[in-house]
Amino acid sequence: MPSDRASKEGNRTVVECHAVVKSFASVHVLRAVDLEVKESEVLCILGPSGAGKSTLLRCINHLEGIDGGWIKVTDQIIGYELRGGKLHELSERAVRRQRGLCGMVFQHFNLFPHFTALQNVMLGPVEILKEPRGEVEARSRLLLDRVGLASKVSAYPSQLSGGQQQRVAIARALAMNPRVLLFDEPTSALDPEVVGEVLRVMLELAEEGRTMIVVTHEVGFAREAADRVAFMFDGRITEIGLARAVLEKPSEARTAEFLSHVLV
Amino acid sequence: MRSHDGTGEQPGRSGSTSLTADSAPPFEPSSAGGRTSTYEIVRRKHPWRFAAAIAVLLLLALLAYGAANAHQLHWSVTGHYLFNRSVLTGVLRTLEITAAAMLLGLALGVIFGIMRSSHNPVLRGVAWLYVWAFRGTPIILQLFLWFNLALIFPRIDIPGIVRGTTVNLITPFLAALLGFGINEGAYMSEIIRGGLLSVPPGQTEAALSLGASHAWTTRRIVLPQAFRVILPAIGNDTLQMLKLTSLAAFISFNELFGTTESIYYANSEVIELLLVAGAWYLVASSVLSVVQYYVERKFGRGFQRGRQQALVERVVLRAMVRLRTRAV
Repeated sequence: MPSDRASKEGNRTVVECHAVVKSFASVHVLRAVDLEVKESEVLCILGPSGAGKSTLLRCINHLEGIDGGWIKVTDQIIGYELRGGKLHELSERAVRRQRGLCGMVFQHFNLFPHFTALQNVMLGPVEILKEPRGEVEARSRLLLDRVGLASKVSAYPSQLSGGQQQRVAIARALAMNPRVLLFDEPTSALDPEVVGEVLRVMLELAEEGRTMIVVTHEVGFAREAADRVAFMFDGRITEIGLARAVLEKPSEARTAEFLSHVLV
Repeated sequence: MRSHDGTGEQPGRSGSTSLTADSAPPFEPSSAGGRTSTYEIVRRKHPWRFAAAIAVLLLLALLAYGAANAHQLHWSVTGHYLFNRSVLTGVLRTLEITAAAMLLGLALGVIFGIMRSSHNPVLRGVAWLYVWAFRGTPIILQLFLWFNLALIFPRIDIPGIVRGTTVNLITPFLAALLGFGINEGAYMSEIIRGGLLSVPPGQTEAALSLGASHAWTTRRIVLPQAFRVILPAIGNDTLQMLKLTSLAAFISFNELFGTTESIYYANSEVIELLLVAGAWYLVASSVLSVVQYYVERKFGRGFQRGRQQALVERVVLRAMVRLRTRAV
């Protein structure tokens, strides 16, 4: 929160993007994106749709490969290996291991519909990380309790509201003990009355010092939870700075115009 | 806008804001009950429904009367052969070849279905070729091809696996299995491909972002969800296969149809024995339908549409309870 902000300056860097370029066919989605996120920092990325916000997140956990530049999470280059002055694409196995660094929360939750809430949370640690089942189950129950769903452990996703599903999805990401949480428009697919419950969970995570990158349209959340806010337009980060400063006195005309549309 | 609420009172109604109220007929409560009284609702009559039912039942009765009085038809022969030992063996053989062919078809279908969804153009091409060849030629032709394999390959030598003359190796059962199974695989691969396509890509992304391998994602996340879509089609194919296996009679595999056929060649009670076979096919397909219901329910976990599923279940349960009480 505001008082901690200054202290995060000196923290270790968790995510670092350098001149990241990405295009789909002839469309340039990311044009030289530079970004640095420190330990326990919360960064919100705002901007119009099609600006490349989601693509940037998907590149950070290598759901998409990149066409130039590099991305580091902790000290590892994501998806590639530097050998003889070139970045060689990593093996599937190595990419898999790196994905454990990032926890991803999707716009459409993407819970596994054929597993219960508890199974959704346990699946990764038990079957992918091969951790002991008993330990994982205890931890998963705690996590579901923390997101306020202790009574829904054996419910299937189809029996949960959108807000509840998204909270399970957050618990699922947390269960993997990631170094950074990536949120891809986590409230955009929700009914207005349940947006609050998801944002509340995210706010708690921010307060407890999780490193988070949040792509969102919720300016209110950004103001309350973010240390810094970045604006993306047309594949570039056009403005980045302390949340309050950027949201209240944007230096770019485009930022100001975007904010005036979003805030109404 | 205010609507009629049946109380007969419309307080504070202003003509300028309420269009329906203006055009609606005056509201008259039906006498006695006062402000809470309502009109009686009279259902529409359906005289033709009744007439059609009577006509169909009459025709059915005529048919039953005709069958009962067809003195050429020896019902006792049908009854006698229904539980005949070789007929029962035939039933068993039919079930065996159906199960074996469907299992082979399923295995091939999964392999070629995944190949058809592959990024590798060679795998995709080969899978396409397989479907094209086996879906594009008659099953009876394929059965004869496998049965007569010895004409092109007199000996089969696969070091460490099989070795011998083809005539001895390719039994009627094996020829039928290869014919039906490989043919089914071609259809099944298309069913599987459709099922895989029905699983949203977000499911794969969510699994991959947990650090899962592609193999694990396919096995634990995609296929179980695809199977929910695939199962009704597999059930359909199984029922079809059950009856299709009668073609194996032509390559001297003695399943149900072939067995009854050879009996009526001997005793000339053709229709009687065809009815025997028909009765068993009906029994088997009815049992399979029930099995399909339970398998679909198992793979439907997490997808229950609440009331709809409950209704089907309620009907089945009620029928089972009724059967049980009748037995007691």
